[in-house]
Parts: sequence; structure tokens; C-alpha cells
Amino acid sequence: MSNPNNVSLNINHALEFIDGQALNIPTLSILTEDGDIHPSATAPDISKHTAIKLYETMRFIRLLDERMQGAQRQGRVSFYMQCLGEEAAVTASAAALDQDDMIMAQYREQAALHYRGFTLDQFMNQMFSNELDLGKGRQMPIHYGSKALNYMTISSPLGTQIPQATGYAYGQKIKHIDAKTGELASTIDNVTICYFGEGAASEGDFHAGLNMAAVHRAPVIFFARNNGYAISTPADEQFKGDGIASRGVGYGIKTIRVDGTDALAVYAATKKAREIASTQGEPVLIESIAYRLGAHSTSDDPSGYRSKDEEANNQTCPIDKFRKWLVKQDWLNEEDDIKAKESIREEILAALKRAEVVAKPALEELVSDVYDTPIPLLQRQYEQLKEHIKQHPNAYPVTAGRIK
Amino acid sequence: MAKMNMLHAINSALDITMDEHPQACIFGEDVGYFGGVFRATSGLQEKYGKHRVFNTPLTEQGILGFANGLAAFGAPALAEIQFADYIFPAFDQIVNEAAKFRYRSGNEFNVGNLTIRTPYGGGIAGGLYHSQSPEAYFAHTPGLKVVVPRNPYQAKGLLRAAIKDDNPVIFFEPKRLYRASTGEVPEEDYSIELGTAEVVQEGTDITLLAWGAQMEIIEAAAQQASEQGISCEVIDLRSILPWDVETIAKSVIKTGRLIVSHEAPITNGFGAEIAATIQQACFLHLESPILRVCGLDTPYPLALEKEYVPDALKVLAAIKQSMDF
Repeated sequence: MSNPNNVSLNINHALEFIDGQALNIPTLSILTEDGDIHPSATAPDISKHTAIKLYETMRFIRLLDERMQGAQRQGRVSFYMQCLGEEAAVTASAAALDQDDMIMAQYREQAALHYRGFTLDQFMNQMFSNELDLGKGRQMPIHYGSKALNYMTISSPLGTQIPQATGYAYGQKIKHIDAKTGELASTIDNVTICYFGEGAASEGDFHAGLNMAAVHRAPVIFFARNNGYAISTPADEQFKGDGIASRGVGYGIKTIRVDGTDALAVYAATKKAREIASTQGEPVLIESIAYRLGAHSTSDDPSGYRSKDEEANNQTCPIDKFRKWLVKQDWLNEEDDIKAKESIREEILAALKRAEVVAKPALEELVSDVYDTPIPLLQRQYEQLKEHIKQHPNAYPVTAGRIK
Repeated sequence: MAKMNMLHAINSALDITMDEHPQACIFGEDVGYFGGVFRATSGLQEKYGKHRVFNTPLTEQGILGFANGLAAFGAPALAEIQFADYIFPAFDQIVNEAAKFRYRSGNEFNVGNLTIRTPYGGGIAGGLYHSQSPEAYFAHTPGLKVVVPRNPYQAKGLLRAAIKDDNPVIFFEPKRLYRASTGEVPEEDYSIELGTAEVVQEGTDITLLAWGAQMEIIEAAAQQASEQGISCEVIDLRSILPWDVETIAKSVIKTGRLIVSHEAPITNGFGAEIAATIQQACFLHLESPILRVCGLDTPYPLALEKEYVPDALKVLAAIKQSMDF
């Protein structure tokens, strides 16, 4: 736009307002409930290997979620969050990326992490905050992170990862910019995907992150998981506009809405979004629509704020839908699938039992990593604490026996 | 060596960093072609390109969110907040994100590449919102480093150290001294170690401690005191977090008296932390109570700024009070 105000000056002599719901946003849908391709849709080009890995990841996460929900009810872990209903949204989007693309998630994206290769034991060690946890036992269960797998450690404050994803993606782009022209000189090798919920999109960081990504042309895929609820607050008490997708247009960002229970639609949209981000050097917004089938977390009980009727009318299982398609492709044998589920359940239980007896982190991990090296005042506090624990070992059984 | 004001010295430190690291970026409001409202980044966009020195939209939380991401990626992120008074929308990104990035990830990730520059302090007729000294808020946050220079030489050396330090650092620049303070500054690269105070004048009767723009106030008070036969030891703390307890304690053990002075309101100002720590470390050596000469517990005023600020006369009065105790 070639005017100081950076607007399209379509002069109009009639007094007219644009309606707040003027956009008529379509939702991409490829798979039917029965696992067929919609007659007017085109299936994305997805290999058997990827499709099976995608399915196995969703299957694993559903079983892990079921077991850990139970483990929390038994008092074995303090907290858990299920991905119920959103497995396809998270897994299929991760499957459409490169292994070295950065994932900056909110908290319910364990499936993306497992797709990357995070092992069952790594999940368990984090949830039991034991000494084998990569996070050194510092964060509540499900706050995973792995440098090796390019999965940024989860942070509880909502939406903070959104402008960070913009900055991270900008870093990924810098070496591809021609210093003289300021233009993109080559395809960006790795991009960033940023997940967040429709509730988190009310945070100021959402606006800051999307606006800066658009202005500075950062290759980031914003993936809004609109699951209808922010804990107990329904989407109609969260915003008035047409979902999150309508905002993308406001920021000047290419945007698409997809059926989040449709693994093929999510895969196709994310694949295309990645192509746009890496070749055009600009952000893309994807809004996925998939109902949160479970509670917000183990500390939540949806029966207090949503009706049985509503729940009954929103029971689409994304895993089932994709499984039916795989069976029709002859890529999955139902008997093998049932057997696999049994053995996965056993593996999960065994891993849980292993992790819960691993020792807690050593006392040293209380003060390490606050800075790259402990500052003198903190070192002094640590020495004082060690002396105190040595004098009262019975009061601090987790660490007393291991103090050097 | 070259004669520089503080802005030249800061610009030189940034220039060296941009030249050293091909992915380093400078960004903030108006820092691009304009070179910042105080001109600290003057000429750098022309030299390093729009993709590495650029204006951001007016969103402090966005600037710091972006900076955290860029730093986590591994590029030196040199973020400017136009006035320290406007840093608060970014408080969450600094306190909950930058400060905890390494700890919460078990050192899988860190934002050691982050440096936040921001002008602070009064003396420019800026009233409530162009005068604040918010260092104490950040000093309460493990994981951050907080640094304040007093002159051009210190500014360049400390800023280079802050940039190279592998932790997020907030660098508060005394805007009143940007052009007022000049001195000889090496054109080449050098660093001043963070976390170390500097004894700028030795003395025997009483220790005066401050940082940043307040240094010239306590130096003036020390001069006036010496005319009355009182020998002041004057110390620049330089780093608020981590701070150099040892140098201060050593001085107070010698003089038996301490006055801490800062522009920020007295209650819960960083002077309170210093007083508490030093009374514990030096209790049996103290000849008088530790005194604080600070701003009043009010928002920063405009018409009555002269009455509000902890000027040299107030410091001198405190010196006499301490000596006469």
C-alpha cells in the first residue's frame, strides 16, 4: 500500500459500516466420519510410513492419557492434562513438519513431542519429577521440553510462547536474508510452529506475537487449537468475532480454518503452511476446530459447566476417524491394532512403576541453572542450607543422605 | 582513546557486537533509521541493514517476547525499551520467561543472549512516566542480572560484559547523563566484570554507596563533607544483581558508617537490601545506623522534582547525622 497510513483507500461516498462478522470463513474438511475422502476433497500426499506413525502416535497418547488420568486419581502424580479429542490436530500438524523445525507448544501437545521421538520413560520421568527428568524435577507434570527434539520447554503462563515463536522464527530466517536487498535469498531450512488455545489468544502476547510476525515477516506457523473451552469459560464468553481465524486477516496473515478432528485436513493445511513460511518467509495462521472431549486438567470437572447433551453432540473421535481411513487403505490390520493397544498399556504401566521409584533430584539442582554458574550470594545460601540439612537429616529425607 | 559521551560509548559497544556476530539484532521503538529517541543506535541500521537493526510495533511485551525467542534461538538479542517507565507491559516476559528460561528447562534452553537496554531516572523534567528507577523490581527476580553504569567508560565496558554474559541482563542507562557525561573511552573492545563494585574514592570516616546517575550526587556530597573535615569512601555498586557484598562490607568494616542513596522510592528500594545485608555482616563494626537517602514514597513528581530527589545537600545532611550519632 502506497500511502503513509498503510491502508487500502477505497473511497466510498455512502455511509456504510463493515459488519463485525463480514468474513465467511470456510473450514477445510477432507475425511468423512466413516473414514472416506469427501467426494469434492483431495487427499493430501501422505506416505504409508507417515500415516502409520501418525496413527501410532495418536493411539499411544490416548492410552498414555487414560493411564495418567488414572494415576493422578490414585495420587501417584499430582496433576495431568489429557489431549482427548485434539490428537489429530496436534499429531497431524507435527507430522507435516521437518524434524528440526522448532515446536513451541502451550501444554496439551504431548502428541507432537512423542511424534518427534520423546520416549515413554522420558514422559514418566518428567511426570514423576525424578532425577532423570530433563527438566530436573522443577516443573509440574506435563511441562516437557527437549533440545534434542526441538521442543521448547513448556511454560505455565499462557500465550508467552507466541511472541517468542516470532523471535525464534526470525532467528531461523536471518541467515537466509540478503544483507544488501533485505529480501529472502533462499528457502528457509527450518521454521517454527506455535500452538495455543482459543483462550490464550485473548492474552496480549497473542496480539504482540502475531502483529510482529506479520510486520517482521517471521516464518512461524501459528496453530490455534480452538477446543471450545478455556478451563470452564466457553468460547462465546471469550470473544465475539468469528473464531481466531478472523483475526489473522486483521494482522495481514494468510489464514486457514481446518476440522481438527480430521488428520488429513490438518496434515494438508500444515504442509502447505510450512511451504508458505519457508519459501515466502512469512507467518501463517491455522485455526483447528476440535472439541475438548475431556476436562481441562485433572483439577477440573466439566460436568459443572457443560451439559450432557452438548457433550453427546460433540463426540467425534479423531483417532477413530483416521483409523477407519487407514483400514480402508489396507495400511492397518484391526486385530493387530487391538493387540498393540494391549501391549502398549502394559508398557505404560511398567514405565510408570519404574519412574516412580527413581530418586528425586539432588539438592544441588535446587540452585543450579538459576544462572549459568551460581552467583556468590546464592552459593552462600546453598552452603547454609546444606549445613542446616546435615543438622536435621530426618526432616529432609529426600536429600539428607546424598549431601556431599 | 577518544572523547565520548555516554551515547557514543553505548553505540560503540553495540557496533562491536553487531560486527562480531552476524546474527545479532537490535530492535525496539524508533531504533531503526532514526537511531532511537536518544540516538543510541544512530548509524547502525545503515551499517548492518534493516533486517538486523529495526523498529518494532509499539508493544513492549512483544519486544521482550520476540527477544526471548531470538535469544533462545542463539542470536544476540539487543532489545531497547524506550523508557524504563514503559517496561512494565514486558514484566511477564522478563520475570516469568527470561529469568526462568534456563531453570525451568533444566538447562535444555536459555536466553543468555538477551540484553535489555533502557534509559532510567529523573532530571530531564520527565514527570511520572519519563523518570522512574525500577531496578528493585527486577533485583527481586532470581535469574536476571541488573547493571547500571555511571559514565561513558563504564557504560561501554559494562554493556559489552552484559552482552557477552550468558544470562539475561537488564542494562539501565542514566538518561540524564547521556550527553552530560563525557570522558575518555577506548575505541577498541573491553569489558568490565559484572557483579563487582568499584571504590572510586578512598576515605576513612564514612562509606557512601550509590550507582548510575546518583554517583555524581554522592561524589558532590563527599567533596562538601571533605571541606568540613569528613573523609568519605565513595563506592559505585555498578551491578545491582548480583551485587558485591564483599567490597561494601570491607569498606564499612573500615569506616564503621554507611549511607546508601538512590533515586527510587525508599520503601523496598534496593538500599533496603543493602542495609539489611551489611548490618548483618558488619554489626559489631558499625558506629551508627545505616542510613538511606532516597526518593520519597511518591510517584516521581514534576514541579516539585527538586524537593523530591535525594540531592547532595540531603546526602550531606545524612553524613552529618551519621557522624554525630
